[in-house]
Amino acid sequence: MNMARLYKINSINLVTKLLGIILFMIAFSVDARGVYQTDKDFLSEAFNNEIPKSKVVWNKGQIRENISSILGHDYASLRIRYWQDSSQSSWILEEVGKEKPITFGVTIANGKVEYVKVLTYRESRGEEIRYPAFTGQFQQAEINDNRLNRQIDGISGATMSVRAMTAVVTLALYLTETTVIE
Amino acid sequence: MTFNKTILAVSLMAAASAQAAPSNEEIWQKLLKMQEQMADVQQQNQQLKVENETLKTKVEATEQVAIEANEAAEALVEATEGAVQAASLNKTSIGGYGELHYNNLEDEDGKDKKAIDFHRFVLYFGHEFTNNLRFFSELELEHSLAGEGKPGEVELEQAYIEYDINEQHRVKGGLFLTPVGIINETHEPNTFYGTERNPVEKNIIPATWWAAGTMFSGELAQGFSYDVAVTSGLKSYKKTTKDDGTDVITYKIRDGRQKVAKAIAEDLAYTGRLKWTAMPGVELAVTAQYQENMSQSTDATAGSGTLIETHAVVQRGDFGLRALYATWDLDGTGPKATGYDEQTGWYIEPSYRISDYFGVFARYNEWDNQAGNNADTEYDQIDLGVNWWPHKDVVVKLDYQAQDKPKGGESDGFNIGLGYQF
Repeated sequence: MNMARLYKINSINLVTKLLGIILFMIAFSVDARGVYQTDKDFLSEAFNNEIPKSKVVWNKGQIRENISSILGHDYASLRIRYWQDSSQSSWILEEVGKEKPITFGVTIANGKVEYVKVLTYRESRGEEIRYPAFTGQFQQAEINDNRLNRQIDGISGATMSVRAMTAVVTLALYLTETTVIE
Repeated sequence: MTFNKTILAVSLMAAASAQAAPSNEEIWQKLLKMQEQMADVQQQNQQLKVENETLKTKVEATEQVAIEANEAAEALVEATEGAVQAASLNKTSIGGYGELHYNNLEDEDGKDKKAIDFHRFVLYFGHEFTNNLRFFSELELEHSLAGEGKPGEVELEQAYIEYDINEQHRVKGGLFLTPVGIINETHEPNTFYGTERNPVEKNIIPATWWAAGTMFSGELAQGFSYDVAVTSGLKSYKKTTKDDGTDVITYKIRDGRQKVAKAIAEDLAYTGRLKWTAMPGVELAVTAQYQENMSQSTDATAGSGTLIETHAVVQRGDFGLRALYATWDLDGTGPKATGYDEQTGWYIEPSYRISDYFGVFARYNEWDNQAGNNADTEYDQIDLGVNWWPHKDVVVKLDYQAQDKPKGGESDGFNIGLGYQF
């Protein structure tokens, strides 16, 4: 048997084994892209199962201008719902990463981010932004002049999703600042 | 006296009695009047009742109108939001990038380059058939003008169908970028420093490198991903005949890109990559590729080829660092005889982001496509420059390069670039 033939057989064996390993991983994999947490579960968790009645911010006038400035484009909704009790407010907001909208849940207390979660991820890349190692960077973040007061380290290959999350957290802080403390 | 008083009292009582006791006729008349008044009151009451009913009906009608108006407004809001969201969820998407370069290089070998070139004009087209089945493509016009005898080319660099097997794993088939290096897959001009792409990935990997085949990708654990691909391979064997009739044989990796254009698929390539991105701002990756025959069996001495590439990308706060090492090992006697059996390069690139708009970098590159020989065939190059992002997706670049060629030659000068993506 010549060497080229031997290499060919070896490499086919190698590929077969690799495919076997992958199929094994696929068979036992759980939890990734898709719906990580429903809106209701997010709110239940945020408000200890006592979800307050939702309120609405109308996306108009100066608020609309500021939202556009924060996102770099208009927000694709005329109303923005939020939930608020005496200590905190929670926002469910959407922003497009590269092609698809990502749904984020943001909870804010005392003008600072308590936590941010990816509720639904629809892009085909960049789902790593959902991990606490990444979302933890936003904890206790605030805004100054509608800009986040800290730098967020990105994820290689997920630049657009990182941008989307940064913009949404900034937006939630802005909306809280202008509407909840009234 | 007493008598007089008595008379006065009787007279007064008589007068009083006459006042308190009207006649029957008077009483009758009063009763009739009262009856009339009662009738008026009843009529007025009836009118008020009617008016009240009318008002009530009007209030109810107004409430109904208000409810309907509110519902109409709600429906309008929802319809508007739905239309906006539907527009943003268009199943077909387009995008692209482009870069214009000006090079001003002085070359000691007499190959000075003072040129302006719209190096790349790229359009992306994608389409979502369903939530888990999609198409993506990248069509590129290089150097503005393509055709016979023209400087440029029209290239199809990506065109694949991707299917999500489940939430963590996907498979694609078609023509796609090889999972290797830093800039091979992410090369929009606003994402890297330097007008020209770094020479190490260009000459050793060789970026931009695409092939046809199938690839599985997915997540193994939090921030730990893999890619495994079986694709068409390189054809790096090249024989040119000089004017004096002698043949020159090379196995330069970059020359082996077949670009999936009636490519010979005698010998396939097997590629695997592991990538770690669990820490924000950090990417560590290693890629290995094995190819059965580096000439697609057109040269009996070419032998197989193995690529090992590893890199780190760090962007923590304002500081950035990119470092990459790549090496090819060609095991045939042909490459061994010409020094092409080892083709190696590496670079390191620290950078600093001065603000959201400006960043500076320095890069040291070293590469050798004939590292297997004893002759001096190594290149090294230093790049220093600045990027200005007037918008996060638009960049203007200025950089200086100092290249040392084998045997002491130099190619120094500066480059200016303008790039965008959308």
